[in-house]
Amino acid sequence: MRALVLLFVLLVVPAAAGAQEGRASGPVIPKGKGTQCVAETDYMRRFHMIELTHQRDETVHRGIRTERYSLKECVECHASVGTDGTPISINAPGQFCASCHDYAAVTIDCFQCHASKPDGSDQAGLARSLAVAAGMETVR
Amino acid sequence: MSEFDWKRRHFMSAAAAAAGVVLAPGVTLYGIAAKAREADVPVTSETRWGLLIDVNRCSDGCDACVSACNEENGIEGHGRPATDAQWIRKVQLRDPRTGIEKHFPVMCQHCAEPPCVDVCPTGASFKRADGIVLVDKHICIGCRYCMMACPYKARSFIHENVSEQRPYAPRGKGTVESCTMCVHRVDAGAVPACVEACGERGNGAMLFGDLNDPDSEISQRIATYATRRIRADLGVDPGVWYQNL
Repeated sequence: MRALVLLFVLLVVPAAAGAQEGRASGPVIPKGKGTQCVAETDYMRRFHMIELTHQRDETVHRGIRTERYSLKECVECHASVGTDGTPISINAPGQFCASCHDYAAVTIDCFQCHASKPDGSDQAGLARSLAVAAGMETVR
Repeated sequence: MSEFDWKRRHFMSAAAAAAGVVLAPGVTLYGIAAKAREADVPVTSETRWGLLIDVNRCSDGCDACVSACNEENGIEGHGRPATDAQWIRKVQLRDPRTGIEKHFPVMCQHCAEPPCVDVCPTGASFKRADGIVLVDKHICIGCRYCMMACPYKARSFIHENVSEQRPYAPRGKGTVESCTMCVHRVDAGAVPACVEACGERGNGAMLFGDLNDPDSEISQRIATYATRRIRADLGVDPGVWYQNL
C-alpha cells in the first residue's frame, strides 16, 4: 500500500506541476494603472475589440468622446514606462497589446495610425486653450 | 507700417487673446466654441461650424496658422512638397492689372454639399452633423477620388509610414486626410489651432463660430460686412468665408 501511494505521488505530482508550468508559459501581460479595467477582465479579454469598434464609429461619426471604451484611454492606462522614464509603445513586443496578440497570432492594425504611447503634452495644450476660451466666455 | 506699429499690433492681439477684449469697435476677430457639448451627447445639425477670414488682416510671410496646424496634428513633411501632407496653406493672389496682392489661408472649406463625399465609394468621406467634413480612415481605401473631386485642393494622401502621431489625431499611410477643423478641440469646446495661433501669434484674421446661430459673432459679421466664399459659383456652400477678398 505504501508503495502504491509512493508510486501515485511520483507519477501524479510531477504531472500536476507540469500543468502549472504549461499555464505559466502563456502571455505575460504587464499590469495597467489602477485596480480594475473599465469592465470585468474576462469581458474585456473576450469583447474589447467589439467595444473598440463600436466606440470608434461613435467618436468619428457622432462626436461622442466618452472615455470608457476609448482607445486613447486604453493606451493611457496600459502603456508602460521604461526605466529611463519614457513611455514604451503599447504595441512593442512584450507590452500590453502585443503580448497577447503575439501569443494568439492576431495582427492588429490600430497603431499604424493611432498613437501607441500616452501623450501628456496635448492635455496641457488643450487645457490652456480651454482656459483661454473660458476666460473669453466670462468676458463676453 | 513701421516697426513700432508692428510690435504694438502684436502686443494688442496678444492682449486680446489673453483677456478677450475687443480690439477695436466691431473688429474682434477671435471666436470661441460657445457651446461645449457633453462627451456622451452626439453632434447635431443645430450647429454648423464655420470660419471667417479677414484677408486684409492676413499678412504675407506670417505662417502662424500653418505651423500651428502642423504642430497640433503632428504633420511632418519629408521635404517632398509634391506628396507631403498639407491641411492648410497660405495662398497669394495678385491682380496683374493693378498689382494688388492678397494673402490668406486656404484649408478644407467644409462644404455643406461636399463633392468629396459625393464621390467616395466607401462612405469614408463624410460630413458630420455639425458641418465638419472628415475622412473615416477606418473605411478609407486610399482611392483618392475625393482629392480629384475637391475644388479647393484641400486633401492630401499619406504616402509614407507615419509614426509618433498625436493621440487625438490618428494618421496613417494609405489614407486621405484633410483639415478636421480640429474636431477634437471643437468637441472639447476650444477653437481650432489655426484660429488660436492667428489670434496669439498672427494678426487675428481668423474667426471661428456657429454659422447657424444668428447671434454668434461669425454670423453677425457675415450679416454686417461684405464677404464671399471661394468658388461660390460651384454651389457647394462652403463653411469658410472670406472678408475683403
